[in-house]
Amino acid sequence: MAIVDMQKLGICASKKHRKEILEFLQSVGAMEIITSGLDDPDLEKMDTMSSRNKYEKRAESYDRVLKLLDQYAPENKGFLASLNGKEQVGRSQLDKVIENRWKTNREVQTILDMDKKIQECEGIAVKDENQITALTPWLALDIPMSFEGTGKTCALIGTIPDEHAASDIYAAASQGMADPAPVSVDVISADKDMTRVSVVCLKKDRAKVEENLRNIGFAKPLQPIVGIPAEEIEYLKKDIEEQKKTADGLRKQIAEYAGERESFRIAADYYRMRRDKYELLGEIPQSENVFFLEGWVQKSQAERIAKILTERYGAVVGMEEKREDEMEPTLLKNNSFSESAEGVLASYGLPQHGKVDPTFIMSIFYVIFFGMMLSDAGYGIIMAVACGIVLLKFKNLEEGLHKMIKLFFWCGLSTTFWGFMYGGFFGDAIQVIAETFFGYKGDTILKPLWFEPIKEPMRLLLWCMLFGLIHLYAGLGIKGYEYLKDHDIVGFVSDVLAWYLFVTGLVFILLPTDLFASIAGRTFTFPAFVAPLAKIAAIAGMLIILVMSGRGRKNWGLRIALGAYDIYGVTSWLSDVLSYSRLLALGLATGVIASVVNMMASMFGGGVIGVILFTLIFVLGHTLNIGINLLGAYVHTNRLQFVEFFGKFYEGGGKAFLPFRENNKYVEIKEEK
Amino acid sequence: MNVGMVWALAGAVLSTALAGMGSAWGVGMAGQAAAGVIAEDPEQFAKVLILQLLPGTQGIYGLLVTFITLSQIGILGGNPITDANIGFLYFLACLPIAIVGLVSAYHQGRTSVASIGVVAKRPDQFGKSMLFPAMVETYAILALLVSILAITNIASLA
Repeated sequence: MAIVDMQKLGICASKKHRKEILEFLQSVGAMEIITSGLDDPDLEKMDTMSSRNKYEKRAESYDRVLKLLDQYAPENKGFLASLNGKEQVGRSQLDKVIENRWKTNREVQTILDMDKKIQECEGIAVKDENQITALTPWLALDIPMSFEGTGKTCALIGTIPDEHAASDIYAAASQGMADPAPVSVDVISADKDMTRVSVVCLKKDRAKVEENLRNIGFAKPLQPIVGIPAEEIEYLKKDIEEQKKTADGLRKQIAEYAGERESFRIAADYYRMRRDKYELLGEIPQSENVFFLEGWVQKSQAERIAKILTERYGAVVGMEEKREDEMEPTLLKNNSFSESAEGVLASYGLPQHGKVDPTFIMSIFYVIFFGMMLSDAGYGIIMAVACGIVLLKFKNLEEGLHKMIKLFFWCGLSTTFWGFMYGGFFGDAIQVIAETFFGYKGDTILKPLWFEPIKEPMRLLLWCMLFGLIHLYAGLGIKGYEYLKDHDIVGFVSDVLAWYLFVTGLVFILLPTDLFASIAGRTFTFPAFVAPLAKIAAIAGMLIILVMSGRGRKNWGLRIALGAYDIYGVTSWLSDVLSYSRLLALGLATGVIASVVNMMASMFGGGVIGVILFTLIFVLGHTLNIGINLLGAYVHTNRLQFVEFFGKFYEGGGKAFLPFRENNKYVEIKEEK
Repeated sequence: MNVGMVWALAGAVLSTALAGMGSAWGVGMAGQAAAGVIAEDPEQFAKVLILQLLPGTQGIYGLLVTFITLSQIGILGGNPITDANIGFLYFLACLPIAIVGLVSAYHQGRTSVASIGVVAKRPDQFGKSMLFPAMVETYAILALLVSILAITNIASLA
């Protein structure tokens, strides 16, 4: 339950150690480097744009090659392989890859060239296909498409729009010529859009015939084709075959590089690391011989890092004070249980330094409330077991995902607990199965340890509100703790203690009233001293709020008015507490829908068919119910934390600690010593 | 067959029908927005799916109230009600989730669309964007609660 203390380091070192120091910092990954605020007219920044681009491009070409390999030589990965996280690679392996990088660079280039060729082949094949489609209607033509004619005759090959019979075309072509005109018309093919013809006439009539034909829309084919269509198609088909063969051969060749995949991955990440390094290098201010760096490290590591930098690289390292306008980056540190909820906190906003990290308290309420909302032992066991298996089997889970799954593991346990409390195990599955298939008649088998919500919703509603009040009080308590830490006693009394008094007083005034008794269906009786005490507490709290809440104002009238307005804020307490009724509503939703599923499943009675249909509906229905209620429980648990709980004290506004590190895509470099 | 049963069944049917309509409306709207995001950035699938599903709960609440009502009025087991007034009370008790379910699911859908827009531009703000639709749902939950409390206690009046 803490925010890790940060220390700012200032580093000044000789330029000749520049790269080594950056490499060291990158591999340790413990320092968030800041380069702003070091602007000095005497210092220069190096232009590393071109190197950066170079490495970026290298990394990208490796990425592309890896994608090609996945395409042509897919890896056998299990269903859950994506959970495996990044592969661990030792430093020595990395060094070997770095040593061989020129060779792999060449290989990558070869593969990319081959891929380019594959694409060319595919392009040619597509073009061939198109040509075949264009030629097919001409198949009946047994002379070359470019045939011009013999010594005395002339051939006109082309298309005429719309469908025409040979005789019509003959009539049109021989118009104005002596009958019988020496014109021969062959219709090669015709459809409703177009007629393809070859017209032969004497050379001397050519101009006349051609003009006649043009009048009915004759045109030469668009693509200039030379050979006889049938042969041409044959040739094209062969070419397609060949292109495909070439492409397949190239694909196989690429697939042969599958064994290099590992080193490609490492190399891709190596170039990515170098790009990051050069990017940073371009931002570091430097003079002729030295360069300067500033950054945040964890306070506990500061000494050690400073020592290494000084001893190994002769750098001058100073512990610096943070500047006025600066804010320490936030890094959370929690016990193994609570750290699983850090992601939830981060999605709302990290706390600033000097404030309290509420993760610990939040994680407890989170798990309890989640369990109350999902509240089915069967569902809880499924959740816990599934998450547990994932956690055990996949050790290299990405950190955020690992925490998330761990959180759901705990939530699953809590769900199981509340399920038994409410007597829900896949709804009333045990009862239904016993009655349907074993003819059981009698008392409830799985009795709730506490009570069944649907039988006494009012009772559970009161409990939910009590849990809510405790949650809200915890939030207010954290605010009080922050006041005390800052030695702001006045703030503590007027903003925290006063509210405790006021709200608690009101609650104890309200509980014994007839109005409440009629709503809740039960009466609360307290010892006689409680009533006056409650009144005193409420009035005292109210007065403190009235007078103190606007204490920042000089004008007393305004101050009282602000105080009065804040007292009105008690309505927000009412709505906050009522908001916890969702614990009941969602809990009921799970239980009732589960029972409905069981009821539908058991409609077909006993017997073999009954069992089969029961199993089918049972599995399907409960899967659906888990899904929808898991989502509901997750969203509304978050809401209770974010709106009701955080609303009482939390501000967020912290900036996450982002150390300069190896931002790898495929592998994780492990130090081996 | 009696008037009381007709009233009660009308209420039971309406709570699933109206709340379901609202959810279909809301989930449909959000789904269109979600599909648009996926076209650009398929990695946000899980996030936008969650946001799309948020307005879907009203339909479930409606179904829930229907089933509780059906089991109370004797259509799904138990003794059929005979009193016309009691039947009308069931009808009234179903109304909160029916009406609020319809309206809140529609508006939750619209809020989800806006939140999906947030995720499209800033995927890291998912946690906050999820809250906005969840705020709308509060009122559906309150309506559900009133409906359930009313329905489960009507029997004690008879």
